[in-house]
Amino acid sequence: MRPELDLISEWIRPGARILDLGCGDGALLAYLRKHRQVSGYGLEIDPANLVQCIRAGVNVIHADLEAGLADFGDSSFDYVIMTQTLQAVKHTEALLDEMLRVGRQGIVTFPNFGFWRCRRQIALHGLMPVVKTLPYQWYDTPNVHLFTLRDFEELCRRKRIDILQRMVLDHAHQPRSWPRWWPNLLGEIALYRLGRA
Amino acid sequence: MLPNFSPDSVGRVTPQTASFTEPLALDCGRLLNGYDLVYETYGTLNADHSNAVMICHALSGDHHVAGYHENADLNKPGWWDNGIGPGKPMDTREFFVVCCNNLGGCKGSTGPTAINPDTRKPYGPDFPIVTVRDWVLSQARLADRLGIQQWAAVIGGSLGGMQAMQWAIAFPERVRHALVIAAAPRLSAMNIAFNEVARQAILSDPDFHHGHYYDFGVVPRRGLMLARMLGHITYLSEEGMRAKFGRELREGKPNFNFDTEFEVESYLRHQGHAFVDRFDANTYLLITKTLDYFDPAADFDSDLSAAFHRALARFLVISFTSDWRFAPARSREIVQALVRAGREVSYAEIPSAYGHDAFLMPIPLYHDLLRNYLMRVAREVNGHAA
Repeated sequence: MRPELDLISEWIRPGARILDLGCGDGALLAYLRKHRQVSGYGLEIDPANLVQCIRAGVNVIHADLEAGLADFGDSSFDYVIMTQTLQAVKHTEALLDEMLRVGRQGIVTFPNFGFWRCRRQIALHGLMPVVKTLPYQWYDTPNVHLFTLRDFEELCRRKRIDILQRMVLDHAHQPRSWPRWWPNLLGEIALYRLGRA
Repeated sequence: MLPNFSPDSVGRVTPQTASFTEPLALDCGRLLNGYDLVYETYGTLNADHSNAVMICHALSGDHHVAGYHENADLNKPGWWDNGIGPGKPMDTREFFVVCCNNLGGCKGSTGPTAINPDTRKPYGPDFPIVTVRDWVLSQARLADRLGIQQWAAVIGGSLGGMQAMQWAIAFPERVRHALVIAAAPRLSAMNIAFNEVARQAILSDPDFHHGHYYDFGVVPRRGLMLARMLGHITYLSEEGMRAKFGRELREGKPNFNFDTEFEVESYLRHQGHAFVDRFDANTYLLITKTLDYFDPAADFDSDLSAAFHRALARFLVISFTSDWRFAPARSREIVQALVRAGREVSYAEIPSAYGHDAFLMPIPLYHDLLRNYLMRVAREVNGHAA
């Protein structure tokens, strides 16, 4: 996870105000606070994670992302971040809208379903893929929406969301040079910085 | 022989009294010429006086938060004993814990039952109605007296949480952390309605005598009991009551009369009776008004976030799912205002069937959060790993 934190951190302006949707144990916020002097909050639904955030001194607000971000005002954050969460929410579109309403920019990371190993498992074996970035069986998974880089970029185009920056990583969250040419085939994790005019 | 207190108990505790002679200008416009505050402390104040924690009590609470008074029933420790003591979430090995009986109370601090020096009779109904802001001002003088410039944390549930908020707003630089539990930014119309029924129960008791019942050697027992019974319903939840009492009949069959038949009736009557013996009706009336009047946003054009703008404390806000007196949505209003004000805040909604009463229960997740939060506070002020 560290390289991913690093990469996100590079996109963040020092001193920014951050909202981290599905912040888990607060690692990203703690990292950004240390390296980018950010302020802000994480939203989290899992009680065990709340305790971890509190223990780490990270501001965490107990919330269900599916209910939207009505408690937060327009453009009240510099960045709204969603790492490895978009594929696990039901109201994908609504949440993207909320993200770019509350934040001036959005940062999203997700596992790429278009990764060649996923494609091979379906094409060759006719089975739902189980790979390092998508390690769950179809009947026991928190993920409810699986999509590829192209799917996501298509959605952004349709919703008039601007892609400001993109990066693809391997399963160890390392940036590699080769996925640059066939990101949707070779990238395992996608990072996007989004905006809306 | 000394009783054996559990190692995580603060053990034997003795209340103390602080007398203040400087008059206190109250929100109602009246001046209180001097007053006493009864308080208890647990733990040790550190060298730079930075590890003090103020606990604020709710409607029927008092200064006796933890441990045991001399000759006290060992089944009856202070009202938040499960949260305060060596190794408990509010750890007395780390913190110097202070709690006072609020002004207008009936447990030793100046209130309706105290003697008015001007008339040499109890104040009774002539005791001024005090507000949360008045309380916090009086508590600040106690802090001065104890040499506490800044609280490591001000902590309270329900009306106590309102005091914690008021502290952070009124004395920004004197509060490092505010823990606001099962509270609301102000009462709803329904909250006030329940308070009004409770007040009417007391006011219409023939023994009330316009609040001068001390002169007649009586107390408005029925009224106070009814008020408490009503209050108790609002402290519980429907699912909690169903689980605890169901529809159990005490004698197993209906008797077709108005005696105590259902277990829940028996419980409420018991709570009502017990309360009359330990609480004063004038204080009850007064504190329900204190609750009704609380509205820190009122001075800021009804904008709570503007009220919080001046606060410097970090906040922990906690609510309980089945609390319908001060429901989670009310705590979220507080959180929302804090976020809009750019304040540091964490918020948790604890699953519980205990209703409003949950804030006094040792619910594991709740205590885990308190413990972890306060461990960090302890590290800040004591400068070592807790």
